Amino acid sequence: MPMRPSKEWVAIKMAERGGRGSGGHGSLDKSITLPPDEIFRNLENAKRFAIDIGGSLTKLAYYSTVQHKVARVRSFDHSGKDIEHEPLYEISVQEEITARLHFIKFENTYIETCLDFIKDHLVNTETKVIKATGGGAYKFKDLIEKKLGLKVDKEDVMTCLIKGCNFVLKNIPHEVFAYQKDSDTEFRFQTNHPNIFPYLLVNIGSGVSIVKVETEDKFEWIGGSSIGGGTFWGLGALLTKTKKFDELLQLASKGQHTNVDMLVKDVYGGAYQTLGLSGNLIASSFGKSTTADKEFSKEDMAKSLLHMISNDIGQLACLYAKLHNLDKIYFGGFFIRGHPVTMRTITYSINFFSKGEVQALFLRHEGYLGAIGAFLKGAEQDNPNQYSWGENYAGSSGLMSTSPDVFPMQRTRSGTFDMFEMDRLERPLVNLPLLKDPSTYIPDTVDLTDDAMARKYWLTCFEEALDGVAKRAAASQPDSIDASERAEKFRQKYWNKLQTLRQQPFAYGTLTVRSLLDTREHCLNEFNFPDPYSKVKQKENGIALKCFQSVIESLDSLGWEERQFALVKGLLAGNVFDWGAKAVSDVLESEPQFGFEEAKSKLQERPWLEDSYSQWLERLKEGPPHKCALIFADNSGIDIILGVFPFVRELLSRGTEVILACNSGPALNDVTYSESLIVTERIAAMDPVIHRLDKGLAVLVRERETDLVIIEGMGRAIHTNYYAALKCESLKLAVIKNSWLADRLGGKIFSVIFKYEVPCK
Amino acid sequence: SSFIALRKPNGKFFPWFGLDIGGTLVKLVYFEPKDITAEEEEEEVENLKSIRKYLTSNVAYGSTGIRDVHLELKDLTLCGRKGNLHFIRFPTHDMPAFIQMGSEKHFSSLHTTLCATGGGAYKFEQDFRTMGDLQLCKLDELDCLIKGVLYIDSVGFNGRSECYYFENPTDAERCQKLPFNLENPYPLLLVNIGSGVSILAVYSKENYKRVTGTSLGGGTFFGLCCLLTGCSTFEEALEMASHGDSTKVDKLVRDIYGGDYERFGLPGWAVASSFGNMMSKEKRESVSKEDLARATLVTITNNIGSIARMCALNENINRVVFVGNFLRINTISMRLLAYALDYWSKGQLKALFLEHEGYFGAVGALLELLGSA
Repeated sequence: MPMRPSKEWVAIKMAERGGRGSGGHGSLDKSITLPPDEIFRNLENAKRFAIDIGGSLTKLAYYSTVQHKVARVRSFDHSGKDIEHEPLYEISVQEEITARLHFIKFENTYIETCLDFIKDHLVNTETKVIKATGGGAYKFKDLIEKKLGLKVDKEDVMTCLIKGCNFVLKNIPHEVFAYQKDSDTEFRFQTNHPNIFPYLLVNIGSGVSIVKVETEDKFEWIGGSSIGGGTFWGLGALLTKTKKFDELLQLASKGQHTNVDMLVKDVYGGAYQTLGLSGNLIASSFGKSTTADKEFSKEDMAKSLLHMISNDIGQLACLYAKLHNLDKIYFGGFFIRGHPVTMRTITYSINFFSKGEVQALFLRHEGYLGAIGAFLKGAEQDNPNQYSWGENYAGSSGLMSTSPDVFPMQRTRSGTFDMFEMDRLERPLVNLPLLKDPSTYIPDTVDLTDDAMARKYWLTCFEEALDGVAKRAAASQPDSIDASERAEKFRQKYWNKLQTLRQQPFAYGTLTVRSLLDTREHCLNEFNFPDPYSKVKQKENGIALKCFQSVIESLDSLGWEERQFALVKGLLAGNVFDWGAKAVSDVLESEPQFGFEEAKSKLQERPWLEDSYSQWLERLKEGPPHKCALIFADNSGIDIILGVFPFVRELLSRGTEVILACNSGPALNDVTYSESLIVTERIAAMDPVIHRLDKGLAVLVRERETDLVIIEGMGRAIHTNYYAALKCESLKLAVIKNSWLADRLGGKIFSVIFKYEVPCK
Repeated sequence: SSFIALRKPNGKFFPWFGLDIGGTLVKLVYFEPKDITAEEEEEEVENLKSIRKYLTSNVAYGSTGIRDVHLELKDLTLCGRKGNLHFIRFPTHDMPAFIQMGSEKHFSSLHTTLCATGGGAYKFEQDFRTMGDLQLCKLDELDCLIKGVLYIDSVGFNGRSECYYFENPTDAERCQKLPFNLENPYPLLLVNIGSGVSILAVYSKENYKRVTGTSLGGGTFFGLCCLLTGCSTFEEALEMASHGDSTKVDKLVRDIYGGDYERFGLPGWAVASSFGNMMSKEKRESVSKEDLARATLVTITNNIGSIARMCALNENINRVVFVGNFLRINTISMRLLAYALDYWSKGQLKALFLEHEGYFGAVGALLELLGSA
């Protein structure tokens, strides 16, 4: 395996002199050429450091704050003013400070350079202590204290590891994956179970530690084995004269263990089939090398050794899991650390010894667990555990490629700087209490890691839309002098992310349309474009509000049954107004007169692609009014004001309470919570039926005994939640504004999805 | 005719053999009748006589066959006949020579059945038929193993106990080998260490199951020793191991933590990483072949101990009987197993050993011969 420490070193040195490493490593290898200030980001506000120094890699953690621009909306005082010509509300961009956790992983060789860089950029003088863990913490203690002037405070390795593990299991969706080399999808990401305990952590470092974790603070070392990564490395070095761990793995991946191992078929001859045994099982590891006069190849011996050790660890892990009645086994340690070869052999072993009952599980951020844990130990007074944290896709490197042949340099993990950033979320994310089975809830309809065709389509789709998004972002801040420069940086960053995802769709967990959108939001935020659609939304909300009363009047003039259908059509037509979808933006740009009525006429005629309207109508006619409906609103403007609100109004007049749920932060042209407040107030002023409730959603949903959930829009009702089962009645409606997707679902553009579901008793 | 002369009162033809053909070694037990009457002697066919004389008057056969004289069971009564039971072994790769010899001694003319167990019973079945004109009676190896263990333990070892254990295994000074009464053997965990390892939970004579196995067995120890030290025999490997120091090769808990790792209750002397010191170039250059052989032995032995202990816990069995030829002349491993089981189970588990280590499968095959028909 090629290693290029000297070249990376040059990159760092160049960057320090102010130059930029021009790379030459290929565009995918993002981190190598980054100058240190793009690796150790936000150092000026950094406080609370932790470091985990392993046998070959150092992981640095720190807490920092990021100044973000956020878009705020504020209602004007309209009294006595010319409402006709004033915008509906005022948009301002304000600074907001949010918390971010930074984790950086690099080879121990760079420790001194990195410490120097940190020292030079550290502004915060309050920090006195650095938490340290890992086997190398002792060795580098003096160096760290000298360079940084911080006191090194050592923390127990395993305690840190477990703390870090709990943290990622709780906070990172798709943290956990199963590995299947021979399947189309090598990485099978797991849905986060609401309850992560109990589990078994098998840490394969130089030896093996098997730890049972029962609660946040309760864990127990239940066993271990001395046959671990050190055995592979040490014994492997003796047998093959190959010194490096990665090189040994490389050898092993090329070898044939059957030349060295005694197999069942070697003992039984050809007759093993009659015994119901697999002839390829290893009867005795190294059983064929019991001779002094035969040479064995390095590759074959390395492979045999790898099998021997992996099988042994898998067997012991299964025995411990059985004894303690546990079915979740996470594997970590340098022996695993994203190496496809070892993940494969461990997976095989667990499957074999558990007879398929237990699955070997791996963690995406396994290498960071110690650093995260050490950091958390030092940050206990801030209590980071009481918050929810989310992975920042813009600032995180993602999982390395597993295809050594395609991207050889990516496999040279040593030498690269890997980054992982987490943002503190405003409020903890909880499952909707109305979900039928939260533990099996998978929001996303299509797994793009799995579905290569869909992946190709959507990546291209996002690529093609990128220039427009960047343009819109720049246009959203006309007063800013560097807006176009930032927009270009955003474009470049997101483009690179999309290229990475083309090659490594598993880099950030399961790839979905949602995660592509999230990544785009993260990248936009990264370059201070908090809400590129704010102006568009403002304009559309204003136009729509003006039409509200006439829409209501025309609805009220209809008979009951006619009105119900008009309301549903209005809801669907409103949803056609979506600047995010390419087809619609084309129509709107070219036909400015394209109105609400015309949108209705664009809709597919009944029967719709998915059509349970008759059942819905029946329900409204025959059944009692719902107690409370929860509506997840989609777009600003015509959608929410002329589509959703008339529908809300009808429900309210039936005696059904309505909870309107909107995004807390901006995403495309979705209506945000604060925009919805202004809109609601304005409508309430026009229409006495509507007034405002404001409370935590989950609490509200329980309090009001919600028995109807309405989800509208492609993003919420098709890309996600299409298959979500709820405990109560639900209505999922959307217009398919994407011809590829329509085609895939067997319809045409502007096909209608109207899915009314009643949970089975 | 010789046919009539060979017919024994219970209908069994001599010679009585039991064969266990393993991955590395072939184990052969031979019952030598000592109560042959003059009449019988006279009628005994020449072939049979020559086989008997050949086996009983030699202690080595060819360049690799060995009779373990010290294991011979004297004055045994088997199927109404009195005699001695002989224990012979040779490497599996000499199997063709053995079949050839059988053919030369006209074994097939003796109207006996050759009962064989082990994987080789399948592998060499065809060779027996074509080269030796012999039809093997193939027997299940686990059935044979258990039958053999129970039988030999019940007849004892020439008046001594077949089963023994180590008292004070954790104390090198006071540790001693003592007889163990295995009169009520059930349940027991039977760990058979040959080239690989099989672990059985035995609840009664008929009721047993294979719990698991591992490929890290005697073959692994010997195979790795050959690669690491250039030795060529098991005896040589063990001899080297007896002079080596594994702590130069292995990384101990105290090498990492300076002493005990109290957080997890791990003693400083425990091995944290087998061969862990060999990650360092300097240390690789400073260890001896003896140290490497010892480390290999300790690694394999501890691992077997560890898996056996986990199986015992999972099966809720507290007596673990270790058998198999890996333990032959291998006191280091036996004491280590005794120690490891005692220490890590806090005295709850007992490691037991049997004098006839690797021969139980062959004994079982012999018993099958006499039990059937």
